[in-house]
Amino acid sequence: MLDRDTVNHVAQLAYLALDDEESSEMRLQLAQILDLFESLSLLQTDQVEPTARVIPLELPLRDDEVKPSLSQDQVLQNAPRIEDGHIVVPAVLTDS
Amino acid sequence: MDANSFRTVIGLEVHVQLNTESKMFCSCSSGYADSEPNTLVCPVCLGMPGVLPVVNRIAVENTLLTGLALGCQIASESKFDRKNYAYPDLMKWYQISQYDMPLCGRGSLKISLDDRDKQIGITRVHLEEDTAKMIHGESKVGHKISLIDANRSGVPLMEIVSDPDMTSPEEARAYLTTLRNILLYLDVSTANMQDGAFRCDANISVWPVGIDTGDVKVEIKNMNSFRAVFKALAFEEERQSEVWVKTGQPPEQETRGWVEASGETVSQRSKEYAHDYRYFPEPDLPPLKVTDQLISSLRNAMPELPDSIYKRLIEHCELRSSDALQLIDDRPLLLFFDEAVNEYAQPQRLANWMLNNFVQELRDSETDLASNPVTPQRFVELLQLEDDGHINSKMTAELLRRMVTSGKSAKELVAETGGQITDDDELQKMVAKIIKDNPQAVADFRAGKKQAAGFLVGQVMKATKGRANPGMVNKRIGKELGL
Repeated sequence: MLDRDTVNHVAQLAYLALDDEESSEMRLQLAQILDLFESLSLLQTDQVEPTARVIPLELPLRDDEVKPSLSQDQVLQNAPRIEDGHIVVPAVLTDS
Repeated sequence: MDANSFRTVIGLEVHVQLNTESKMFCSCSSGYADSEPNTLVCPVCLGMPGVLPVVNRIAVENTLLTGLALGCQIASESKFDRKNYAYPDLMKWYQISQYDMPLCGRGSLKISLDDRDKQIGITRVHLEEDTAKMIHGESKVGHKISLIDANRSGVPLMEIVSDPDMTSPEEARAYLTTLRNILLYLDVSTANMQDGAFRCDANISVWPVGIDTGDVKVEIKNMNSFRAVFKALAFEEERQSEVWVKTGQPPEQETRGWVEASGETVSQRSKEYAHDYRYFPEPDLPPLKVTDQLISSLRNAMPELPDSIYKRLIEHCELRSSDALQLIDDRPLLLFFDEAVNEYAQPQRLANWMLNNFVQELRDSETDLASNPVTPQRFVELLQLEDDGHINSKMTAELLRRMVTSGKSAKELVAETGGQITDDDELQKMVAKIIKDNPQAVADFRAGKKQAAGFLVGQVMKATKGRANPGMVNKRIGKELGL
């Protein structure tokens, strides 16, 4: 069973604040999901080439050509705060 | 433990912006340098839900070209992965990068230091995307804020990771300059550090001799020039030895930032838990197959690289080693030399005039090779005028100066002012006049001041605005003075 620290770690990575009750609930649900995936290990894959994908596609490559971008107004229309054409976010820790 | 009983281990990670017109995964322009903020972005590089990345062919080819130049094993199959971390400069909160199947695997780079060659192992070369630019400042009412400009978001970024094979800041500097030159000759990047097109993070650890090197290391960031890298590594070498001397323990593993103003590295300890990037295969991008055909066509397109240029300059042009290196370090200058030397049979003489006078003239006139009017053909024409005796070397220097500023050719300028004066009668008249006008100098000479002869030669040269043949004038003056 998934331990509580792992659940809290994942929550922290996702920037989710979980209280104890929510954390317990998530622990249960995540464990069920992991169990479901665990069932995949029952499959015999000795003879199968390892792959990261199930659809046999090759990567399409694009020619290096510039196409028009969005206008600045369009880019900023969902930004909660704007200053001089920039998106404003709360100060993050800087290097200095 | 004293300072000599330590050895240093350095590995470098270099991020290089690739020379492409468009971004890594979308068709927005990657030319963000002088752009208005947030004008070169689209739903893909803004990380909007539901968009699909499409890989830029040239970015892949430039990375493979770099891998080939560094003798890397090229993957026949490669893939992209998501590297997850939450920071406002990362629009999607994950960066598309490459984790366990990079385009280029092991290779090596030869550096030369004090006439000694050393191979530095290359761990890998992979492709990823740049992040948005952040400006940290204050809002109009004084709150601390960060401003995001996403124009840089998604610009193709190539990461070159070295093995921890360097043992001094000098070797690290040699590695960086050698690598930068290769990138410039491959034409895959501007490799300009000030513009952020070439960024370097360093891992360094210092160990007492006799103790096995552990895996504890300090990562240094924030170095914005080759000089800064060198100074930061030198500082860190010293600091870590001191920690050993004081505590008998290895320095703490951490990330430190270089502070240019104070000339030191400072700890960038943060409250964040250790990075947990949760790499997984990028579901929107199928694996990339690299065909033999692509590799061989890239091999065929491979330009001449610094190493073989050096050989050519030494073996075929018989240049001095220092001159060859100086030309290689300035690619436009080398291209100029190559074009000129095709039409001129004295490479070392050409190099002398280029590296001494020409470079200085360009600097004095605050212009550069690209925008000044002197072409390789005109440069050769100038040298040939002297070779053929039409001008003397003083005139060559003067003409070169005027060629840079006036835009006229040497022949045109000589037609205006006249060439070297070699006519015996004409020179004789001038010498006679100078002798007559300078009785004091003549008397000085006769009284034993031999340098007075030089003064008289100088007067003739001055009177002819440097056009007299100095050898002939010398002879004539000597004759007049009865030498």
